[in-house]
Amino acid sequence: MTTTLPTDSSARLPGLIRRLTGDEKHAPSAHSTVDVLQVLYDRVLRVTPDTADDPERNRFLLSKGHGPAAYYAVLAAHGFIPDAWLDDLAGTESRLGHHPDRLLVPGVEIGSGSLGHGLGLAVGTALGLRAQGLLNPRVYVLLGDAELDEGSNHEAIAYAGATSLDSLTAVVVDNSSASHGWAGGIASRFTVNGWTADTVDGRNHEALYAALTGGRPRHPHLVVARIESKG
Amino acid sequence: MTDMRTAFIDTTTALLDEDPRTALVLADISASQFASAGHRHPDRVLNVGIREQLMIGVAGGLALTGLRPIAHSYATFLVDRAYEQIKLDLDHQGVGAVLVSIGASYDGSAEGRTHQSPGDVALFDSLGDGWTVRVPGHPDEVAPLLRNAATSDDPVYLRLSEQRNAEAYPDATGLRVLRRGLTNAPLVVAVGPMLDPTLAATEGMDVTVAYTHTPRPLDTPGLRALANTDVVLVEPYLAGTSSALVSRALADVPHRLLALGVGQTDLRRYGDPADHARWHGLDADGLRRSISAFLGSVGG
Repeated sequence: MTTTLPTDSSARLPGLIRRLTGDEKHAPSAHSTVDVLQVLYDRVLRVTPDTADDPERNRFLLSKGHGPAAYYAVLAAHGFIPDAWLDDLAGTESRLGHHPDRLLVPGVEIGSGSLGHGLGLAVGTALGLRAQGLLNPRVYVLLGDAELDEGSNHEAIAYAGATSLDSLTAVVVDNSSASHGWAGGIASRFTVNGWTADTVDGRNHEALYAALTGGRPRHPHLVVARIESKG
Repeated sequence: MTDMRTAFIDTTTALLDEDPRTALVLADISASQFASAGHRHPDRVLNVGIREQLMIGVAGGLALTGLRPIAHSYATFLVDRAYEQIKLDLDHQGVGAVLVSIGASYDGSAEGRTHQSPGDVALFDSLGDGWTVRVPGHPDEVAPLLRNAATSDDPVYLRLSEQRNAEAYPDATGLRVLRRGLTNAPLVVAVGPMLDPTLAATEGMDVTVAYTHTPRPLDTPGLRALANTDVVLVEPYLAGTSSALVSRALADVPHRLLALGVGQTDLRRYGDPADHARWHGLDADGLRRSISAFLGSVGG
């Protein structure tokens, strides 16, 4: 199995993100995900452009497809896509839109944008890998706290917990943008269904790394990455 | 005699045993009938509970890893309720699945509107032209159609019904002529379980009756070869579902089209499927009245 040595994309990311100028509407959500994405791709995920089709690769599914600027920048920083693609976001010939399309962008595991689809796809991906005896790859899926409003997520949360789907890690970036909040906290929705959960400072890379590599056998794992309010 | 649902369960059970690529996703419906298959293949027989959005999302994820998912429920839960998951978790991801429904149109007559989905085929039409839609008219057509679907990666909808014809025609992917009229006779196309009432309705009429269990893709070359001026469609789902396809296929040919099928209106009545067939004009008498009036209206 191919492994990826830790890298550090910090120096390149700000410049790459600035090249994505056409997505102002979703700018706050782009920046909400940048730290999680950087830690995942720099230090956690075992996937490279060379292993982007390897059945043994780790999967990262961006469920919250809004504001993918940070995602595209991280993919460019890690060589999945050319830097030049960042200069024409949502242009007529661009492969990068305001929501990513897996058939257009190398390294993108799912097309997303409509909220509430990634977690179900992630559960199915984890089950498909398990059914084929592929027990090493983990499946990571990133959601937003407001995205959890969609009921489809709760179908997946309950089922993944009930079936001990321990190759699954969900990350909820929490910038307090859910219109009605989550009384009792986000993590409780998962832990009551049998998930393990870590709630961490979403800007603290060491805390994120520890949480993203956490979890216990026979439990799906949740990381709540709390960041400043969307404001 | 076996019914379509049993044929589906038996064939899927065999596919799970034979082909490690086959996976089944259920939302409680028919779960007990797959219990023994589930004991043999716990990683590939997945009952997500009463969660149809998740059922299609899981099917999409399974397909992304290279498996061939079969997902199954009542048409209204499988298709209507999970429509956006079909659109996005399958189509938009560029992956396929085999979706197998029961409870076609008014099979669930006693259950009422909540258990009926006469618009399911129209919903697949709204997704573009990628879906193959199979509407078997006899239980013996189910196994070959399901096995064919399981070997591909394409999106396939298999619409099972409790309504059935006396004879099976497994090879009727294209239009198969079962009664040939004289020169320039009107063409009557019957889809799936509409064949027998159509044959009964047109007894003694000078028409050509052609049958298919595969309305998508519709056999438009066959249609062009068989059609003369008058064309009648008899479909077991919403009336007019295939009208646009027929009109496009015959765009350069002067023709008249009568499209029969399930009416748009929720009747808010129970009863049995035969009652609904009568109320929608899809029993032999009703079809005969509609077809006679249409054909007799030529030239006033």
